[in-house]
Amino acid sequence: MAVADLMDQVATTKLDELVSWCRKNSLWPMPFATACCGIELMATGASRHDIARFGSEVFRFSPRQCDLMIVAGRVVMKMLPVLQRIWQQMPEPKWCISMGACASTGGVFDTYCVVQGIDRFIPVDMYVPGCPPRPEQLIQAVVDLQAKIQREGTIFGREFAVASRQQTKRALQEV
Amino acid sequence: MPLTPSVFADEPTQDGMQPYLWTMNFGPQHPATHTTLRLVLKLDGERVADAIPDIGFLHSGFEKIGESLDFNQYVTVTDRMNYISPMSNNVAWHMAVEKLMGITVTPRCSYVRTIVCELMRISDHLLCLGAMGLDVGAITHFMFAFSGREKIYEIAEALCGARFTHSYTRVGGVMRDITPQVVGMIRDFLKFMPGVIDDMEKLLGQNRIFVDRMAGVGVLTKEEATNRSCTGPMARASGVTRDLRIDEPYLSYPDFDFKICCAREGDCMARYQVRMAELIESLKIVAQAIENIPAGPVNIGPEQRSVLPPPGQVWTTIEGLISHFELVMPNRGAQVPNEEAYAAIESPNGELGFYVVGDGSPRAYRARCRPPSFVHFATFPHLIRGHTLSDVVAVLGSLNIIAAELDR
Amino acid sequence: MDALRACVGEVSVSEFRGATRVVVPAATVHDALELLKEKHGFDLLIDVTCVDYLNYPDAKDRFGLVYLLVGTDTNLRLTVRAFVNDPDPTVRSVVDLWEGANWLEREVWDMFGIKFAGHPDLRRILMPHEFTVFPLRKDYPLQGMGERHNFPVLTRGES
Repeated sequence: MAVADLMDQVATTKLDELVSWCRKNSLWPMPFATACCGIELMATGASRHDIARFGSEVFRFSPRQCDLMIVAGRVVMKMLPVLQRIWQQMPEPKWCISMGACASTGGVFDTYCVVQGIDRFIPVDMYVPGCPPRPEQLIQAVVDLQAKIQREGTIFGREFAVASRQQTKRALQEV
Repeated sequence: MPLTPSVFADEPTQDGMQPYLWTMNFGPQHPATHTTLRLVLKLDGERVADAIPDIGFLHSGFEKIGESLDFNQYVTVTDRMNYISPMSNNVAWHMAVEKLMGITVTPRCSYVRTIVCELMRISDHLLCLGAMGLDVGAITHFMFAFSGREKIYEIAEALCGARFTHSYTRVGGVMRDITPQVVGMIRDFLKFMPGVIDDMEKLLGQNRIFVDRMAGVGVLTKEEATNRSCTGPMARASGVTRDLRIDEPYLSYPDFDFKICCAREGDCMARYQVRMAELIESLKIVAQAIENIPAGPVNIGPEQRSVLPPPGQVWTTIEGLISHFELVMPNRGAQVPNEEAYAAIESPNGELGFYVVGDGSPRAYRARCRPPSFVHFATFPHLIRGHTLSDVVAVLGSLNIIAAELDR
Repeated sequence: MDALRACVGEVSVSEFRGATRVVVPAATVHDALELLKEKHGFDLLIDVTCVDYLNYPDAKDRFGLVYLLVGTDTNLRLTVRAFVNDPDPTVRSVVDLWEGANWLEREVWDMFGIKFAGHPDLRRILMPHEFTVFPLRKDYPLQGMGERHNFPVLTRGES
C-alpha cells in the first residue's frame, strides 16, 4: 500500500491529544449537590436540557468512578471535610467545577459557618457564576472544560504538576 | 414483620451466638438523600434496628443573616430556604412582617400570592413525587414530573425573571404585577398539567412493585403525628384533618372551593396518595383564582410607607424620589413596633411560619423560621425502626426532606 | 387563664394583632404547658425557640423562650413565653409531653446554650460537636471568629 493511500485511511495525532480527546468526551460527573444549585443540576440532567448531548450524562454517586466533580451549592464547616475526602477519593485525572456563587465565593452567605469559596481548600478548574446558574451556563462550563482538557491535557497528567496549580488561587487570607 | 427494635435486636441466634448489630453510615453524600444529611444505621442483618440522624451539613446561619438584613432584603435569603417552593417562603416571611407592621395587602395582591403559592405547591409535590419514584427505581416517573416543573419555571420566569429563587414578594405587595402573558401561560399550564398527573398516576399508582415497596412502610399513627408536631401532608396522611388553608384562612383561600386531602394509613403510600390528590386540588384553586383576579393596584399605597414607588415616579417627581430615599436609607425605612409576631402558611411540606421580633429598626431583631422538614425528619428513626435497609430511601423520599430548610 | 394562674402563679397576658401571649415564670414552664395540653386541648407544639434580648430596648432579661401551641380541635393559638438569665439558663424539658420537642430543644441548646433539664439527648444538632460558642447569641458576630477558615488546604499535588 502506498503511503499516499495510507494517509486517506488513518489520522495522525499526538498521543496526548488522542488521550485528551477521549477523556474530554467521556466526563463522568460526580454531583456534589448540596443546595439550590443541585436542583438546576438535576434539571440539566433531565429531559429538557439533556447534558447527554455533551457526553457527560453518566452521573455517578461513587467518587471512585468519576473524574469531574460538580460542587453545586454552599459548603459549610461540617461539610468541608466530607468534600475534601470525596475529592481525595476520586481517581486521577480529575477536574472540579464550582457551580454557583455560593460554592465559588460564599455568595450571600457571609456567615459564621459557610466556607467562603471552596477554592480556598480544594483546587477548582471552572467557576460558574449565577445564583443559581441556568442549565445552559452549566453546559457551557462543561464545554469550556472540555476545551481546556483538549488544550492542555497530557497522558500522564503533567499539567497538574505545574507550580501555579499547586497554590490555592485565593491569596487573600482573612485575619 | 416485627416492628419494635428490641424484639429482634436481643433475640439470640439459632446457634447460640451473641447477636450483634452492624453500624452503617448513610450519607452525607448519597443519591437518595437528595441533598445532604447523614444517618448512622444500626443494622441487624438487613433490618434497621435503629437510625441516628446527624444533620447540620448545610447549616448556613439563615436566622443570623435575618438579623442584619432589612425586611425586603431578607426575602432573597428565604428563597434559598426551601428552594423547591421559594415563593411559599417569600409569602410566609412577608406575611409575618406585615402582621408585625399591621399592613393589610390589597385583594389583587392576595389573589396573586395565592396563585403563586399553589403553583409552588404543585412544583414541590412534583419534585417530591418524582424523587420518590426515582429512589425506588422509577426513572421515567421523575422525567414526567420534571416536564411539569419546567412549565412552572417558565411561568415564574415570565412573572419575575428567575427560574427559581424568585424573591417575588415585597412588604405590602409583590415585585411585579401579574401580566396577561403570565395569565395565558398559567391557562395553558392548567390544560397541560392534568395529562402529566394522569401519566404519573397510571405509571405508579397501581404499579405492583411500587405499591409493595411503599404500603405498610414507615407507619405514623394519628396520635403520634400530633405528638411529634407533624403538619402538612405528613400529618394528613395519618388522618389529621388539619390544613391551615381551611382552619386558619389566610390570603384568598376562603374564596375558593377545594377539599382537604387525607388518608388513614399513615404509611409511605398514603403520603404518596395525599400529595397526588393535593396536586389536583391545587390545580382547582389556580383555575378558580386565575379567572377571578380582582382589578386594582397590586401594592398598597405610598402612605403606608413600606412599598417603593414605581420607577417612573421616582425619576420624574420629587415626592417619589423622597419616599424612595426615605425607604432605602439604612437609618430610615419602615418603622416597626417593639413587638413579636408569628404568622404561618400551609407550605407544601407543612406549617411554615416565621416568628419575627421587631425592635423599631427596619431590621428584624430575630427572624425565626419554623421549618417543617426539621420537625418531620425528627420522626425518621421512629418510622424506619424494624424495616429493611432498602426501605430507608422509600421513607426518606416520602418525607420530602429539603436539607436547606432542615438545617437553615 | 385563671386556671393557669392558679397552677403556676403570676401570669401576664398580652394581646397583639389577634395573637394571645402569656408569660409564665421559667421554673413553671413545664407545669403550665402540661396544664394547657391536658386540660385545655393545646395538643400540638408548633415550635420551641428563643430570643436573645441582649441589645433589645427596655429588656430586663437575657433570654426569652417561646413555645407556640395550637389546639387542633379548637383551632386556637397560644404563645407561651418564659425568661431565663445567665449564668445558668435552664428550664425543664417538655420532651415527656411532646416527642416533637426533642429536636427543637436541641436546636435551642445548640444556638443559644440554654439547658433543658431532663432532655434525653442534649447534644449539638446543627453545628459541629467541637464548636464551643453559641452562634445565635447577640454577642457572637455574624461573620464568626474565623472558624470557617480553619481547615487544611488541598492542592493538586497532594490530592
